[in-house]
Amino acid sequence: MNCGVVVFPGSNCDHDCFHILKHVFKLHTEWIWHKGDMDLSRFDLVVLPGGYSYGDYLRPGAIAQFSTVMKEVVRFAESGGRVLGICNGFQVLVEAKLLPGALIQNNTQKFICKTVPVRVENTSTSFTGECADESVLNIPIAHHQGSYFIDPDGLSQLEENRQVLFRYCGPAGEVTDEFNPNGSVGNIAGIINKGGNVMGLMPHPERCADPAWSNLDGQLIFKSIINSLQSGVSA
Amino acid sequence: MKSSTSTDITPDMVRQHGMTLEEFRRIQDLLGRVPNVTELGIFSVMWSEHCSYKSSRYYLKKLPTEGPRVLQGPGENAGVVDIGDGMAVVFKIESHNHPSFIEPRQGAATGVGGILRDIFTMGARPIALMNSLRFGAPDHPRTRFLVNGVVDGISNYGNCTGVPTVGGEIYFDPCYNGNILVNVFCLGLVPSDKIFLGNASGVGNPVIYFGSKTGRDGIHGASMASSEFDESSEEKRPTVQVGDPFAEKLLIEACLELMNEDWVVGIQDMGAAGLTCSTFEMAGRGGTGIDLELSKVPMREEGMTPYDILLSESQERMLVVVHKGMEEEALTLFHKWDLDAAIVGEVTDKPVVRIFENGNPVVNLPVELVVDGALDLKRPTKKPGYLKNVDHVNLKLVSDLALGGETLKKLLATPNIANKHWVYEQYDHMVRLNTLGLPGSDAAVLRVKGTKKALALSVDCNSRYCYLDPFHGAQIAVAECVRNITCSGGEPIGLTNCLNFGNPEKPEIMWQFEQAVSGMGAACKFFDIPVVSGNVSLYNETTGEAIYPTPTVAVVGLLEDRSYHTTQWFKEDGDCIGLIGDTMEELGGSEYLSVLCERVEGKPPHLDLPLARSVNELCLGLIKDGLIASAHDCSEGGLGVALAESCMSHPQAPRGAVMDVESTIRNDACLFGESQSRILVSFSAENRMAVEEKAKALGAPFEVIGKVGGDSLVVNVNGEEFINEEVSHLKKLWMGALESYVR
Repeated sequence: MNCGVVVFPGSNCDHDCFHILKHVFKLHTEWIWHKGDMDLSRFDLVVLPGGYSYGDYLRPGAIAQFSTVMKEVVRFAESGGRVLGICNGFQVLVEAKLLPGALIQNNTQKFICKTVPVRVENTSTSFTGECADESVLNIPIAHHQGSYFIDPDGLSQLEENRQVLFRYCGPAGEVTDEFNPNGSVGNIAGIINKGGNVMGLMPHPERCADPAWSNLDGQLIFKSIINSLQSGVSA
Repeated sequence: MKSSTSTDITPDMVRQHGMTLEEFRRIQDLLGRVPNVTELGIFSVMWSEHCSYKSSRYYLKKLPTEGPRVLQGPGENAGVVDIGDGMAVVFKIESHNHPSFIEPRQGAATGVGGILRDIFTMGARPIALMNSLRFGAPDHPRTRFLVNGVVDGISNYGNCTGVPTVGGEIYFDPCYNGNILVNVFCLGLVPSDKIFLGNASGVGNPVIYFGSKTGRDGIHGASMASSEFDESSEEKRPTVQVGDPFAEKLLIEACLELMNEDWVVGIQDMGAAGLTCSTFEMAGRGGTGIDLELSKVPMREEGMTPYDILLSESQERMLVVVHKGMEEEALTLFHKWDLDAAIVGEVTDKPVVRIFENGNPVVNLPVELVVDGALDLKRPTKKPGYLKNVDHVNLKLVSDLALGGETLKKLLATPNIANKHWVYEQYDHMVRLNTLGLPGSDAAVLRVKGTKKALALSVDCNSRYCYLDPFHGAQIAVAECVRNITCSGGEPIGLTNCLNFGNPEKPEIMWQFEQAVSGMGAACKFFDIPVVSGNVSLYNETTGEAIYPTPTVAVVGLLEDRSYHTTQWFKEDGDCIGLIGDTMEELGGSEYLSVLCERVEGKPPHLDLPLARSVNELCLGLIKDGLIASAHDCSEGGLGVALAESCMSHPQAPRGAVMDVESTIRNDACLFGESQSRILVSFSAENRMAVEEKAKALGAPFEVIGKVGGDSLVVNVNGEEFINEEVSHLKKLWMGALESYVR
């Protein structure tokens, strides 16, 4: 299984994603430099990591969507390739229209870095297959523009298609305003595209996937991806 | 020289450049001619207090700087200490006080940028930031604005560069009303045989400028940092630089990639005094000269004079000397990272810096005169008169407490003691996957990937103690940092300091400085910790009011095995609670006396260094033997606050505790006095005998004082209930106080 981690100028969770894939899950992993026009078809998984691509100038992801590598990522995704966007990677996927909606300033007006509970909303996808139904995962968030927004029509489509994969919640899975850290519509923390091969989420699963810590909830997401790919189940 | 006649320079101009006429005469004597205006500008920044350390150098020589692990002591961009396994740590702390007071967001942000560059300049990957922040009284009208601005600036810059901010400290005190302190610490990791220094050697080697373009921002920042503030300081806003963390991130990656190659001879960032300082210092260390052509420098705007270009403090710029023949490769690498880069000069034989503009000479100065020519001043010292009024406290005027619950709650809700999550949750403290403990612990602990080891970092200074007794206050700062490292399972391997004081031209301030440096030196020698880097920030006063002397120290510790990492919170109901160390009747300089009695007086608590060592030895021994479950230093707010913190700070399940304390001293001193060298520990009942035996064997004072359990913190003193408060209630106060103030 071949994994690629995209490096935009300003990516800063690229090393972390690379570390988890290569050193924790022992997968063949390569860097994908943003200026390359490399054919991505030899990868099974492409990860867009967190950080501040192009300084987040203008708007997070707004410049990255036009970078050379994104043309390849779009082509890769359209041909069914598996794409995971974490934090800034999610913002890039949204700007590139591979996922619907938008990510706007947290309603706290502050950067938030802390571990929060999220409820798994759909376990029948190739990104969540290893999670128990309605289970609660504790995963760190670290963002300033992580408030998910979508119009009511878009939201009902997401719900109808069961595209919402994670919602911010309380310790027992309560999805309420009290446990919404950033003002996201419907407490949405992560979504998948209609085709089921592109996922974006604001929480950082790579930050709770290394056995140096006791919390390994993030491993479930990586294991879901790996297992689905290795068992040859198409997305 | 172009545009340089003796009539160019008037006494007024000399004064405007922050120089004395005596200094100007010295320049003329040593140079053998009158400098031109550009040259005067160069002298003014290079001989400024900020760059030359002219008031402090004499005293700094007294600090111990050597040790078996030290690979690089003071004098370079940062200090380097070996940690084994072929790895070393590079670290330094630096101030950005004056700019942060004028423009808190950019001032703090560029403070982070500057210290990051000092670290990666040496070839190290920055892996941790910390900060020590001091603001004025919470009710001062400007304080909230400054807190929000500084935290936002650090958050924005640090987060964007992908270097986690893993810990720090924040204090509020009226002495900082007109002059806040922003001290930023950074640590990087480097292979111990791949350390890069800032020297220009090899005649004919090209000098390359890379990073952001040069603009007119920050001209004379170093001189600004070398004078007092007055009512017009607001007008100095244009001398504050504006940071671009995205450019910094690119610089980090480009530098580290460059250093993988064998091309680099020497490299230095452009910090205070910009291109001038890096050019002269690199030539100075290399024993060489440099020829520089200013028209090659990437510029942001047209019409910049040599004076502007040389004194600009535009951020995110570097200067590197590469081996001749490798310049094209280096330029290609910089362009890969979308950075501006240009060959701007070359290394020469004669130790002279010659600067040209389109081939016309504009500066011609001997390196040594500029770098080392400022006279070391042995400024006069005098014990300040205020000490007579404050160095004692009459406890008969302070009535003792019959009950302590209300006092404990008040202390937990003071901004100095309140939990700082409102701050650290705005900092990305997890990126790079090394942070083993959350901020807010005694020390920040980071694993070292690829080894069993971990690093513990602590930054500390109680400036109230230093105001009351700078010698012992500075000793206590060192001892407390060491104790924090110990509580986390580490042993100290190196120290860096940031010495924040008032106007050195006042003998009373110099006395504080001398005392603090002597105290710090004595404590470092006692604990055998080398001081490998540091920074001096003087003139921290506004309209004649000096801050408390604030010699901030940051200590780096090493955990040979990361399994030694110990946290401060109680773990299991039924565990025993023990106190290592002695509690004495000491309230001088305490948070209790200040907050509840509004008295800043008395002697700071007594520090017995041999006792401190034996307390640390016992704690670390217990940790290494796996006998204890938690360890927490007693500091501001004393035993009472330490107990409450150990109860409250469990991330999932706060614990109660029942304590039975035997005491022969006042109740308030027993629970809220700040006696030094005390560590609160907890351990399972089955380990009790082993713990007590170890304490006996090492001769350290130790007592079992209670048990973990229940929902409340109950403290009985001599059989009488003194505190009985629900932990969940205490936690709510402690967690919410800072946020409700700052918002």
